[in-house]
Amino acid sequence: MTARLTARELTLGYGDRVISTRLSVDIPDRAFTAVVGPNACGKSTLLRAFVRLLGPAAGTVALDGRDIASYRPRSYARAVGFLPQDLVAPESITVHQLVRRGRFPHQSLLSTWSARDEEAVAAAMAASEVADLADRPVATLSGGQRQRVWIAMALAQQTDHLLLDEPTSFLDITHQYQLLALLARLRDEGRTIVAVLHDINQACRFADHVVAMKDGRIVAEGACAEVVDATLMQEVFDLPSIVVPDPVTGTPMVVPTIGAPSPAPGVPRRAW
Amino acid sequence: MSALVLRAGRVSARLDRRALVAMAVLAVVGLGLALLGLCHGARMATPSQVLLALVGRGDSVVVIRDWRLPRVAAGLVFGAALGVAGALFQNLTRNPLGSPDVIGLDAGAYTGALIAITVLSAAPTQLAVSSVIGGLATAAVIYALSLRSGLSSMRLIVIGIAVNATLTAVNTWIVLRAELEVAMAATGWSAGSLNGVDWAEVRLPFAIIAVLLVVLAARAPAVQQAALGDSLAVTSGVDLGRLRLLMMLVGVAATATVTAVAGPIVFIALAAPQIGRRLAGAPGVPLLPAALTGAVLLLAADIAAQMLLAPISLPVGVVTTAIGGCYLIWLLAREVGRP
Repeated sequence: MTARLTARELTLGYGDRVISTRLSVDIPDRAFTAVVGPNACGKSTLLRAFVRLLGPAAGTVALDGRDIASYRPRSYARAVGFLPQDLVAPESITVHQLVRRGRFPHQSLLSTWSARDEEAVAAAMAASEVADLADRPVATLSGGQRQRVWIAMALAQQTDHLLLDEPTSFLDITHQYQLLALLARLRDEGRTIVAVLHDINQACRFADHVVAMKDGRIVAEGACAEVVDATLMQEVFDLPSIVVPDPVTGTPMVVPTIGAPSPAPGVPRRAW
Repeated sequence: MSALVLRAGRVSARLDRRALVAMAVLAVVGLGLALLGLCHGARMATPSQVLLALVGRGDSVVVIRDWRLPRVAAGLVFGAALGVAGALFQNLTRNPLGSPDVIGLDAGAYTGALIAITVLSAAPTQLAVSSVIGGLATAAVIYALSLRSGLSSMRLIVIGIAVNATLTAVNTWIVLRAELEVAMAATGWSAGSLNGVDWAEVRLPFAIIAVLLVVLAARAPAVQQAALGDSLAVTSGVDLGRLRLLMMLVGVAATATVTAVAGPIVFIALAAPQIGRRLAGAPGVPLLPAALTGAVLLLAADIAAQMLLAPISLPVGVVTTAIGGCYLIWLLAREVGRP
C-alpha cells in the first residue's frame, strides 16, 4: 500500500478541547477510504486536518513527504480537494457558475479562464450528471441534484485526492447509492477518495479501505473484509449485531440485532 | 462532449452578457447624470455649453470645470467607493445589513475627522489619516465585541448598530463643545454633504480611492470565491486570513476617505451592493456592479439634493437618509425575521 497523504502523531482539537492525540494514519493512494465511527468520534476533525482547515497542535500531515502547511494555498488546492458538510451556495448562483468556481486554484492574475478550464467544467458536469441543469439556479434544485452539483464543483478542481465529509447525508437512499457509485468510479479512474460515511454497509460495499474511529482514536483500519465484524461493531458503535455476506457483493453486511424477538439474537426465527 | 462544451460556453456567455448589459446601462446612466449635474446650477447651462466648457472653451469654463465638475466627480467616485466598501463588508459578514454605515464605521471615521478639525489643524492629510484611524478603531471594537460569535452573525450587526448610535452621540457632543465656526462647518457636514467641494479637497481622496480599487481589483476573484463559505474557500486555495484583512482595510479606508471630505453619507454602502447584484443577476455580492450602482446612486441623490429646495442646496446625506431609511426598515424586518 502506497500513500501520498500521511498523518503522524497528530494532536487535534479546538482551543482547550482536545479531540485526538497521537493519531497516525496513511491514506492509501488511488483507493476509496471510508472513515466510520459514532457521532463526535473525531472523523470530521481528522478530515479537516488533512485539508488545512484545522492546524494540528502537534504532529504533521504530509503530502508526498512534505508538510502540508508549507504548500501555497492554491498549489495545495490543486492536489487535495474537499467537500464539507455545511454547504451554502451564494444567492442566485447557477449550476454552471458554481461548478466554474472549482477552477479557482488553477487561475491567477495572468492566466484567466481558458479552454482547459471549460473542458474541466464540462467533464465534471458530465461525470456527476448535471450537464443538463447547467443554467438552473442552484436554489431551485432538489437535495440530490444539489449534492451532485457540489461534487461536480469539487471534480472541476481536478485534484488527485478528494475528501468528503458525510456526502450522503440528506440524500434519499437511491441518491446515496448513486453518489457512492460515482465516488467508486472516480477511484477507478485513479483518484484517491476519502469519505466520512455513516452507513457501515455502504462503506463495505463501495470502499476498499476502512478507518474505524472512536473517542478520537483509530480502533481499526484495513480492508473491510478483514476488519469489519461483530466484535468491531460492538467496540466502535456499542451495537450488537451479526455480520453476514452482502447478498449482492459478498462484502461484510452488518445486521443489528436490536429489535430481534427473543430468544437469542443471531438465531433464526422459528417458523410455526 | 463537444456539444456540451459549446452548450456550457453559450450558457456562461449569456449570463455574462446580462451582467455586461447591466453595467453598460449603469455607466451610461452615470454619464447622463454627470451631464445633468454639470448643466444644473444657479444658471442652467445647455449640454453643448457644458461640453465646450469641458474642453476649455466658452464663457462658463470656471463655473463648470472648477465649481460643478469637482462636485459631480466626487459624487461618482465617492459613490463607487462607498458601494465597494458596502459590498466588501456585506461579503465579510454575509449579511446585507453588514454594511459600514449601519455598523458605525462612517460614524467612527467621522469621529476621527472631528477630532482632527477640533484638536489638530484640519489639513487634508490629517483629516484623511484620522478618519481612517477612527474607522479602524471602530472596526476593531466591533470585532472584539463580537469575537465569540464570529464574523457572520446577527450579533455583530446588532453590536455595530449600538456602536453607531454611541458614536453618533459622541460626534454630536464634540460638535457642541467645539468653537462656533468649527461647529457651524461640522453641522452641515455631519449629514454628509458635497456642497462646495472643490478640486483642492478631492485630489488626495481620489488618488487614495484609485489605489484602493486597483489593489482590490486584483483580489476580486478571491472575494467571490470566499462567498462559497470558509471551508470551501480555504480548500479551493483562498488565503482567507489575508484576504479578510485586505477586505477590511480597503473597506474601512474607502469609507473613511469619503467621510473625511464629505462627512458620513449613509445608505449608499447599504443599498448599492444589493441593487447592483440584482441588476447584474450575479451570484453573491459582486464588487463592480456595487461600485457602478453606488456612483449612480450618490450622484443622483446629490442632484436631487440640489434641486429639491433650489436655490438652497440640501446636504446629500439628507436625501440618502430619507430614501435609505425606508430600505433599512424593510431590510431589518426581513433579516431579523429570518431563521
